Amino acid sequence: MEKLISLEIDGKEVKAREGMTVLEAAKEAGIEIPTLCYHEKLEPYGACRICSVEVERGGRTQVVASCGYPVEEGMKIKTRSERIDQIRKTIIELIAPSLSDGGVVGKVRELADEYGADTSVFMSTFKATPTRCILCGQCVRYCSEVVAANAIGFVGRGVERRVVFLPERASRFCPTCRECYEVCPTGKIAAETDGSIFPEFSIDDFLSGKM
Amino acid sequence: MPRINSFAELEKLREEIKTKRDPNKPCISVSSGTCGRASGSESVYEGLQSQLEAQALKGEIDLKRTGCLGFCERAPLVMIYPEETYYTKVKPEDAAEIVQSVKEKKIIERLLYSDPVTGEKIVRESDIPFYKNQQRIVSGPNRWIDPKNIGDYLYIGGYSALSKVLSQMTPDQVLGEIKKADLRGRGGGGFPAGRKWEETKNALGEPKYVIVNCDEGDPGAYMDRSLMEGNPHSVIEGLVIGAYAIGSHEGFVYVRQEYPLAVENLNVALEQAEEYGFLGENILGSGFNFHVKVHRGAGSFVSGESSALMTAIEGKAGEPRMKYVHMSQRGYKEKPSCLNNVETWAAVPFIINKGSDWFNSIGTEGSKGTKIFSLVGKVNNTGLVEVPMGMTLRQIIYDIGGGIPKGRKFKGVQTGGPSGGIISERYLDTPIDFDELTKIGSMMGSGGMIVMDEDTCMVDMARYFINFCCEESCGKCIPCREGLRVLSGILTDICEGEGKEEELQTLERIAEVMKDASLCALGATAANPVLTTLRYFRDEYEAHIKDKRCPAKVCKNLITYYIDPEKCQACMICLRNCPTGAIQGGKNLVHWIEQEKCIKCGICYQVCPERFDAVEKLSGEPVPAPVPGREVVRKKE
Amino acid sequence: MIGISGIVSKIVDKYQEDRGMLIQILLDVQSGLGWLPKEVLTEVGKQLGVPLTRVYQVATYYKVFSLAPRGRHLVRVCMGTACQVRGSPLIRDRVQQLLGIEPGETSSDMKFSFETVNCLGCCAMGPMMTVDDGYHGHLTIPDVEEALEKYK
Repeated sequence: MEKLISLEIDGKEVKAREGMTVLEAAKEAGIEIPTLCYHEKLEPYGACRICSVEVERGGRTQVVASCGYPVEEGMKIKTRSERIDQIRKTIIELIAPSLSDGGVVGKVRELADEYGADTSVFMSTFKATPTRCILCGQCVRYCSEVVAANAIGFVGRGVERRVVFLPERASRFCPTCRECYEVCPTGKIAAETDGSIFPEFSIDDFLSGKM
Repeated sequence: MPRINSFAELEKLREEIKTKRDPNKPCISVSSGTCGRASGSESVYEGLQSQLEAQALKGEIDLKRTGCLGFCERAPLVMIYPEETYYTKVKPEDAAEIVQSVKEKKIIERLLYSDPVTGEKIVRESDIPFYKNQQRIVSGPNRWIDPKNIGDYLYIGGYSALSKVLSQMTPDQVLGEIKKADLRGRGGGGFPAGRKWEETKNALGEPKYVIVNCDEGDPGAYMDRSLMEGNPHSVIEGLVIGAYAIGSHEGFVYVRQEYPLAVENLNVALEQAEEYGFLGENILGSGFNFHVKVHRGAGSFVSGESSALMTAIEGKAGEPRMKYVHMSQRGYKEKPSCLNNVETWAAVPFIINKGSDWFNSIGTEGSKGTKIFSLVGKVNNTGLVEVPMGMTLRQIIYDIGGGIPKGRKFKGVQTGGPSGGIISERYLDTPIDFDELTKIGSMMGSGGMIVMDEDTCMVDMARYFINFCCEESCGKCIPCREGLRVLSGILTDICEGEGKEEELQTLERIAEVMKDASLCALGATAANPVLTTLRYFRDEYEAHIKDKRCPAKVCKNLITYYIDPEKCQACMICLRNCPTGAIQGGKNLVHWIEQEKCIKCGICYQVCPERFDAVEKLSGEPVPAPVPGREVVRKKE
Repeated sequence: MIGISGIVSKIVDKYQEDRGMLIQILLDVQSGLGWLPKEVLTEVGKQLGVPLTRVYQVATYYKVFSLAPRGRHLVRVCMGTACQVRGSPLIRDRVQQLLGIEPGETSSDMKFSFETVNCLGCCAMGPMMTVDDGYHGHLTIPDVEEALEKYK
């Protein structure tokens, strides 16, 4: 018998099993927390930070990523607050310039509307080429953790971090798989590859400085 | 050397080493850390070596290389024992005279340190103000030890703390002592080491690991390099003691490969420690086993963050992961792992030998012991200084550091690296410890202390740190990666005179979100240099934005080089050195700068002889029109 | 002559095919070859049983690794804070001007590669530049030309 834990989310008493994350517990209780890098088949990653929530413990309030934070007995969670809304709004504003190519669409658009984000506020200070990628890593992790094809991966670091295809592996796996098309929240993969050709989206493009 | 199989054998060996050595025998030691070598200490060493041979004194005078003595500004440094005569800026051609003088027990005046204020020559190291006001504990042995010779370490009592621990103390007693000493981690946040050890010890899961962090990516800090190069055995000894307390049998040292000498000396020390029986199976016959592996870091600042470091030693890209479960519970390979930096581990043998009460007698209420700072930047005596916690910034910068060079005015001091902040003059009397620095918006970090004078632009510095993190962060989480990108964009605009006033609030808003929502401590603190400069030097931001003026005359877009025709003596030096031919005029003709051709490289400014001082930088004021063909008015000599 | 696979297998063996040693293996290979050709990365991945995606991630994550051939001399200008405060940006600009290449690039005659480095730990001697194993401290802008001249 698994140990049950009681916690409070947005004032609601919630029971969760030990080892669950706050995000999972909220989901089971029907409380929705937005996510951009979370995928139920994948290990928690904690990169988009859109799922940030406030945790109150012993009188101290802390912001944590709900996708990775384990439930604890007696904890109090707030999934919306002025602070949380400000974080989500700013995150959307920060990623918007990278998406200016294909436009802010889909899930990011919905979140922008929900949180009142001004998607052009940082356009003038964005001194990089829009990549249409928010580096949520779902494609990379899905390709590795679920498909085990390892045809797409991360390269670089810091503001130069990118996602690229390895053509030699992609040509073997991608034409018949294409599952990452579905997990990509910005639609970049479907728009920029057909599974065998990758316009400026492969390791060679990265190494030659094209991306 | 056969392995030492018992505590008694260790003491016997130590006695043997002591009897063989004559403390009164003259010894010339050459400070041979990276700074020393970069200044030519190897040629000095070789010069001394051949002179000892030439003068047939090899048997009478010893010669050795030691680690860093701290006063790196004056390297190469040579010390003569037993008198502790201290020579600075030694050249290979001084070798013959040095050997001669040691033989004749004389002193070479011209190589002595002379006090910049009084001009007084100082003979002994410990009388020099730079050292006199320090309390060198952890860094102290550097000056006596050849890091490649374990005998030197044993001679001064090395591995006696390990021997004491294994022969007389239970792991819990060791842990208790470290907890009582209240030793706080010297690599960043100042987390109590004893608590970390205890959590690792009590965590479920085997095996447990202990790790030395010698990644030291903080730009401007190099105390860990100095310790690892100069006294690697003290780090190893501390690590083995920690392993024993925690119940770990395997450890790692993660060391930057940018520190080749540290890697080399560490590897030599590990081999010797293994050979002598301080590492490996059945250490000193106690039944305790412990092994160490070395991992070289391949150039990544964020990999010094604890979860990132553990990922790196798993052979992956060293990026941080979510730390809602502590590394002490689930670290390297998901097993309980205890990570401390070099300086922290190196303090352990001292605490064991001298006791927690002694350690507690040094420092402040919340921060015990001493701390090594790298006192660098615009300060006269640059180098590594070890002082008790609680000393004020003013004491460190002025009493030890000798103040600001060239009569310039102090502006600020940066502590804590890219996670820290820049502190203004009004906090010069703040006693320095973990908590006080945090209170004023900065942090201790690993102990970098970069002094800035009026020629440092604070907006440019903020941009420098943000760009540093743009490159050196992992890029995994959005608030940090995209936040840094936007901060960099805004700060670049301001430095280029394109900034807008309302963007100052934007800087603060992004900083707030980065602090709250970033994945790791690097992201959470990356905006600190921006926040502290906004707090203490807001007028400089405003000058850039409103007046298009860089008060420190640093930001290239906002400055103009100008030659004062009244001062110019037409010496032709700047004209010849200008790489773009922008300087006009000629022999006997006052020089002037053709602004369209000027690339603001700063060469004319640096080469103009100090006695003329004719090249100026202007910012926010009109540049007087040049007068081509004007004849020079000679200054009366 | 031993081929790429031979060079790699010798180093992989030294680390007992331990995947955790991937970074150490790449460091060793690079110190022999001067850079990391694509075939090396593929070979290391194959011999260690590590996905090529991970090898590439590691090789492009750490600053030390070079995935392009380097010039005969490596010029590195330290951009640590202490050097910054003492004027390293002007030193960097001067090197860039003299070599005609930007940080991260190699000259077309393969003589020089130019990099900036975020602190060499010689903070007391800034501004600081290294050429191969040689250190040049307390640099002034005019010093740069003289220092580089020796290697031309």
